[in-house]
This record gives sequence, structure tokens and C-alpha cells, in this order.
Amino acid sequence: MTDRYDAIVVGGGHNGLVNGAYLARGGLRTLILEQRHLVGGAAITEELRPGFWFTTFSYALSLLRPQIVQELELTKHGFLPLLMSSRFAPTEGGEYLWFTQDHDANLREIARISPHDADAYEQYSHDLDRVCQALKPLLDMVPPDPFSDDPEELLALAGLGARFRALDKRSFHNAVRLLTGSAADFLDDYFESDLLKGWLASSGIIGSKVGPRSAGSGLVLLFHSLGEHDGEFGTWAFHKGGNGGFSQVLARAATAFGAEIRLDARVERVLTAGGRTTGVALADGTQFSADVVVSALDPRRTFLELVNPRELPDDLVETVGRMKFQGTSSKVNFALDGLPSYPHLADGNGEMFRGFVNIGPSMDYLERAFDDAKYGWYSREPYIDGAIQSTIDPDMAPPGKHVMSCFIQYTPYRLRESDWDTERERLGDTVQATLERYFPGFGDLVLQREVVTPLDIERTVGLSEGNIFAGELLAPQMFFLRPAPGWAQYRTPIAGYYQCGSGTHPGGCVMGAPGRLAAGQILNDRAAR
Amino acid sequence: MIRTTPFHERTSALNETGLWSHWAGHLAANRYQVSDKFEYFAVRNAAGIFDTSPLFKYRIAGRDAERFLAGILARDIRACAPNHAQYTTWLDDRGFVLEDGVIQRRGADEYLLTSAEPNLAYLTDRVGRLAVTVEDMSLDIGALAVQGPRSRPVLGRLVPTVADIPFFGITTGEIGGVPVTVTRTGYTGDLGYEVWMASSDALTVWDALWDSFDGQGILPYGLAALYMLRIEAGLLLLGKDFDSSRYAFNDAHRSTPLELGWAWMFKGLTDDDRAFIGRRALEREISDHASRWKMSGLIVDWEDYDRVYGDAGLIPPKAHAPVHEDWMVYDDAGSRVGFATSFMYSPILQRHIALARVRPDLAKAGTRVQLEFTVDHHYEKVAAHVARLPLYNPERKTA
Repeated sequence: MTDRYDAIVVGGGHNGLVNGAYLARGGLRTLILEQRHLVGGAAITEELRPGFWFTTFSYALSLLRPQIVQELELTKHGFLPLLMSSRFAPTEGGEYLWFTQDHDANLREIARISPHDADAYEQYSHDLDRVCQALKPLLDMVPPDPFSDDPEELLALAGLGARFRALDKRSFHNAVRLLTGSAADFLDDYFESDLLKGWLASSGIIGSKVGPRSAGSGLVLLFHSLGEHDGEFGTWAFHKGGNGGFSQVLARAATAFGAEIRLDARVERVLTAGGRTTGVALADGTQFSADVVVSALDPRRTFLELVNPRELPDDLVETVGRMKFQGTSSKVNFALDGLPSYPHLADGNGEMFRGFVNIGPSMDYLERAFDDAKYGWYSREPYIDGAIQSTIDPDMAPPGKHVMSCFIQYTPYRLRESDWDTERERLGDTVQATLERYFPGFGDLVLQREVVTPLDIERTVGLSEGNIFAGELLAPQMFFLRPAPGWAQYRTPIAGYYQCGSGTHPGGCVMGAPGRLAAGQILNDRAAR
Repeated sequence: MIRTTPFHERTSALNETGLWSHWAGHLAANRYQVSDKFEYFAVRNAAGIFDTSPLFKYRIAGRDAERFLAGILARDIRACAPNHAQYTTWLDDRGFVLEDGVIQRRGADEYLLTSAEPNLAYLTDRVGRLAVTVEDMSLDIGALAVQGPRSRPVLGRLVPTVADIPFFGITTGEIGGVPVTVTRTGYTGDLGYEVWMASSDALTVWDALWDSFDGQGILPYGLAALYMLRIEAGLLLLGKDFDSSRYAFNDAHRSTPLELGWAWMFKGLTDDDRAFIGRRALEREISDHASRWKMSGLIVDWEDYDRVYGDAGLIPPKAHAPVHEDWMVYDDAGSRVGFATSFMYSPILQRHIALARVRPDLAKAGTRVQLEFTVDHHYEKVAAHVARLPLYNPERKTA
């Protein structure tokens, strides 16, 4: 039996849901197919222990495009980004930085460690804001095609040049330094405090196989600074119910616009005839037909698995084949019997835990953590981005209990002389032991632990090599080169077959931009027919 | 000398900022920790506790209490059964609002009226020969608002009948072994309650409540969060959104209840001829369509807002802290058609919102208007549309 739709979206991750919602809003009879029993892809929340809700994979919101919130009317469907009011960077020795919502108090906090850096931090923040302000519009545009002779594309390229020319010299130079250089080089120019630098450099490594001293970490730092929460650049929010709560909001919005969502519906292949897509076939043999099929999966699956690569140009197959995935991040999530304690800062309310807890006390620490990964092993002292999310949303855990999400780096997908099925719990032990050094007694609080390695991310979500961005955020894989030169405008060589995952521009994080921009292209293409 | 509330011993220990506002002659916390927005989210997402003791409170009792209040209050108090409360207003004889407040009918002949300003003279001077006593209880009664989705389960463990009372219902019980009255009222537009007790019992009640909050994510919140909550809830603030006619020097500073959006209070007006102060003027306003304004919500067009700031090379500010100033409202032709009095960025609606009076013919939801801002020291108009109040109205509020 074949059901007919106008558009079929393969993959019910956040980009698939965004894309499907926009297509349905645009009047298309849209079907979203998700292989698992719940939507969200890597943006899910699961009750792994009664009353304890784990954000298994992604764990906060920042880069989500505000246009999506408005255009899809998400607040009607329960969109609720909660403020994370604190940021905490402890060291083992008792030195720490604790930022609250009081700007001046934060400067005092830095001055405690380095009076010089307090002032420098103001300059750094302003400089970064200027670069972000200039680059942010790129997140909301289809990248121009530099290989096209179409006057419109040339005009768009010229517009891009004009945008950069409009920048003052300092901001232009900063933009180039961040886009091409290392986070360490950039931060060294402002700061002397190693703790502060380690803290700020951590956004330059998240999700990426780069160290703070690697070229490329500047771009990752810039990318993570492009987010915003309620208009404030570079800040993060925690969605009510975790990112799974957010995915449910998207699903409700998509359904309200008329999209149909089918769970437990794994797409085996995209059907084509005469260079056009005709629909999809599920693993169980069910077929759905549509003139438009959109893959929300990563480029490797979109081009090399869902369709026969023989139908595609060689250069595209070759580029996608060598695209860097090399997932390097893991999650270790905890159910806790109470709040951890940091012996050097007595705060009975645990206010310092109302946001990210950054275990990355110096640039050297991060770089050494990276060194392990370079040679095929996971960090003996890993970088940890922790968040005790139940302090923000009490519904995440029973009263007095907590859930803690820990993002871990570096944990390379390919291990030298071992594999993740062997090392999984040892990684959990390493992380727990690290936390124990900062928060003595941490282990006694642990009620349950979940370790999610790159292999688990790949197995469960389908992200190749467990790369959380569906392809590394490296310059050769960004903007009009993402996922491949000439194919960055969400179309594919197969007519009617589109791509909308994080492997397309602008990239990963729970941003929704690829899903939105792809929907715009699809609807425009249909209108032009 | 500035006074402290009966909870001050506890609230001052919790106030990490060291900052206090003066509210009705009392110290009142602006915020307890550096983030008022975090306190705001505690209310919308779990629950918050607010010391509302500085309110003026009047006990009105006696055989003729209902008759007395039916003549003073514009909303029909006779429709308020014992163990229920009413949001109400009282007018002058030109039909202008003197004040608003909540009146609790605690018994057949016993009421407690709360107000933002003193009203003892106003009330006692109008008793005349009726068998009514008016007693100022302002300092004798402590009051705590417990607001937010967790308020019902938490309070329900202490006072089980809380679970059964409807919106604006009243129940009594004991907290910490001392008697309390619990009303399902508040100033947040959320599910919530207010707990009333003798001032001398205030700390006992606070401690018992505080213990019951353990691990629930419930926070004390201050005036800054309160103002955010009340704007989303479409609840007006005396002195900001309107002024008392008693102290106004001209009619521009006066408002009728219809102009403030309270027509719903007078649904049964024509059913009988209850005499109350301001009735004739109110009737004339209705029959002559003489209202000058209608209080409405405004929702600012996000794209236009971003455009205006973006064109100026600025990052569009999304400041949640309410601004209580006059903001001019225009129609597309550029004529002034109203004014906003409270403005903020609503984190839960993800939009800039305002409480504004617009010309009654423009008060239909969806009507497009322009709200005037200053950007870089010059005026800019930004598109907005009229919306029904409350702008945020969760089902749980009345469910």
C-alpha cells in the first residue's frame, strides 16, 4: 500500500520537526518519519529512573533561531526557555570563578583573581559581541553559491563582501582571527588568568576534535558565541523538561500546522525514478510516495546510505566520503541523592549550580585532555560541562533529589586497541573520579549513572561516528562548503530530494536553522514550478 | 520611620542583595538574589513566596455590612457568597475609579478588604447609621502569597481543603499549629494562593511553610519579579497604570472602570437598581459610549522591533525589567490613539508586551497600531497589535 504526501521528512530530530512544521505551514501535506519511539533525535529527555529525567544527549538551548519561535508560534505549544542564572568554574585547589546575573559582581569576581582581566573581560565581551552581531545574519541565510554564474548568486556573494567591508578594522580582524585561528591565541591577547582562559576556551572545543591551541577552535568558540537567550548573546537557557521538552513543543507545533508524525518508522531508502525522488521505503517494506523527500540525517547517510551513491556526481560522493565526523564527545548523566558540595564555597542553597559547571580549570588542562584524544584514547582528566538541571526545572527530579548532565571531552569515536563497549563504564568511572576531586563525596550521592559514548550516540540517534554536529564544525565544512561545495543550498542532485540536517549550513546545535532554511528553499522551488 | 513586616526577620535573612524598596511604609524586597528573572521563573515553573503584608487591610463587619458594601463597591458584593472573594473597585460619583482591591467575604457579615492605599477615613465616613464597624487591620494581619503550579500540592499538604477551593475561594486551617485563612487569590495570573494570619503568628507560619518547601524549587520573590508577573497577567498597578480619582488634578489622570477594562464586573448591572456610588455616571458612560479609552494588551511585532534596532546598528534589547512610563500609541496614519503605561519583554511569551489604553474603537484584538520608542535619542515607531488581557493565562490559574 502506498500513501501519498506532498513532502516526506526523513528523521524526527529537531531539524526534521522544524522542517516539517514549516512545510506543513506552507500548505504541504507533510509526513515526518522517525525511526525511534519518540521524536527529538539527539534532543530528547528520558525518565531513566522513576522521577528522574535525563537529557540523554543535548542538554541546553542557545543557538535556536528566534524566528522559529515566532514563525512556528512555539509559545502556544509550551516553549519555555528557563534562565540558567549562574555559571561556575571551580578548580581543585579552591580557586573558582562564579558568575551570577550581576554584571558588576562578575567583574569583581574576575578581579579577585586578576584585576587586569576584569577590565579585559569587558573589552573581550564587547569585541566578541561586535563580531557576533556582524556574523549572526549568516545563520539565517542560504549560503550563496560561489560556483554559480547566476546573477542572484553573484549579488548575494557581493552582499556578503559588503557586510564584511562594513565592519570596523578591529572587528574585521577579530572575525578573521576567530574564523581561522585558535581560541588560545585569541584569548591570550586579552587575559592573563589561566582559570578564566580555560573557562572561556572551553566553548572553543565543545563537540569538536580540536584543542584550545588548534587552529579551528576559534571558529568553534565563535559559533557557540552566536547563540542568545532573550536577546543576550552567548548565553544559554534550559528548556522546561529539557531538550526533549523542546522537541515535544516542536512536534505539537508541526502537528498543529497539519504535519503527520510517524514513530518507529525507520526509512531504509529514498526511492528515485529518472533522477527524481518518488518517495521512501521503510525498513518493514512500507512505502510512502511524495514529490519531495527531505533528509534530516547527516550528510553521510543522506548521500551515501539513503540513496544509491551511483546516482550522484563523483565529486559529491568523494567530498561527503571524506567529510570529517570523528565524534569526540560523550555524556555521563547522573541521578543524585542531593546537591554536591564544593568545600571552598559554602552556599547552602547551591546557587552556583543553577547553570553550567565548568571543569576545565586551565588552557593546559584542556590541551592535555586533547592530547589523549590525538593518540586514540579518552582524556584521563576530561573536560566536563556539567549542569544540575533540576535546580532550574524542579520537575526533572523528585524533591530534594537531582539530575546532573555532564558533557565530556575528549572521547574519540575510534579508540586505539579497545572499543567503547569495553571502555564505557571505565569512562564513567573516570568522569566520576574527576568530579569527586572537585566535589568530595560526589560518589556517595550517585543513585544512577548513564554513560553515553560516541558509539552510543551513533547507535541510538544515528549520527555518524557520534558527531554531535552531524559533521565537524571545521572551516572546510562550513557555510557554502557545508556539506559539500556546490550543494550547500539544501538541494541535492536528485530532483525533489533535499537535505535539512545539522550537516548543512549553518551546522549543529539545537538551532533549527537548517530545517527552516531548507523549508524556505523547498517552498520556493515549488512556487517556481 | 520605615516599618518592617512581621516576616522581616526571615525575609531579611534571605535577601542576599541588601536592597529594599519602600512599599506602603514598609521595607519590601526588590529581589532576594541577584536575578529577579530567576525568581519570576520559579513562580511560573514551580512556585514562589511573596510577603504581601504591606497591603492595607480593613475588616468590615456587622449586620449591615453587605448593605454598606453594596453601596460603596461598584461590583455587586451580594453576588459574593461567604468563603468567596471578589476583585472589585470603588468609584467616585462621576464614575471615576478611586481604587481597586480584593474583598474576602469571610462570613455572612464579615469582610476583609485589601487595598494599595489607605481607605479608613473613606470607608468609616460613609457608614452613617448602618450597623457596621470598619477596623484597620493592616498591621494586625500578616499575608503571604504562594504562587505558581506547585502552590496547590504544597499548601494542600498543610491545609487539605486548599485542594478543593475554586478560583477566588476561601478556606481556613492551621499551619504550624496556628490558624490561617487561605484565599485562592494573587497578583501573578497563575495558580496561587494567599495565606492570612495574625501578625503575631507570622513567623510560625513562615517557618512551617518554609519547611514544607524543602527541595521543591520554591523561592522567595520580590517586587521586581512581581511586576513582571502582573503585567503578563494583565493586572493593573495603582500609580503606574492608573491613578486614584481622589487625588487627581484633572480628568486626564482619571479613569473609569470601563476604560480600565473592567466592564466584566458589571455584567448584571441592569438586573436591578442597586444604588452604589458612581452608578449613574457608569450607566451614562455605557449608554452614551462615552469611554475615552479601553485598557488592552499590546504585543510588539518582533521583526519590526529587530529592524528598528538593527538599522541603528544596535543589538535589539530584550529587557525583562518592566518600564512604567508613558509610551505613545499611534495608528498607521500617525494620529495618537492611546498610550501604554507598562512595558517589558516577556520571557514566557518571547515578545515585548505592554499594557496600554487605546481608543475603544481600536480595542479589538488584532488591531494594528504603532508604539513609539526612543532609539538613539530619536523617536521610532514599531508595529504592534492589540491583544486581549490577560496576555498570559494558563489553564491552571482557574482549573
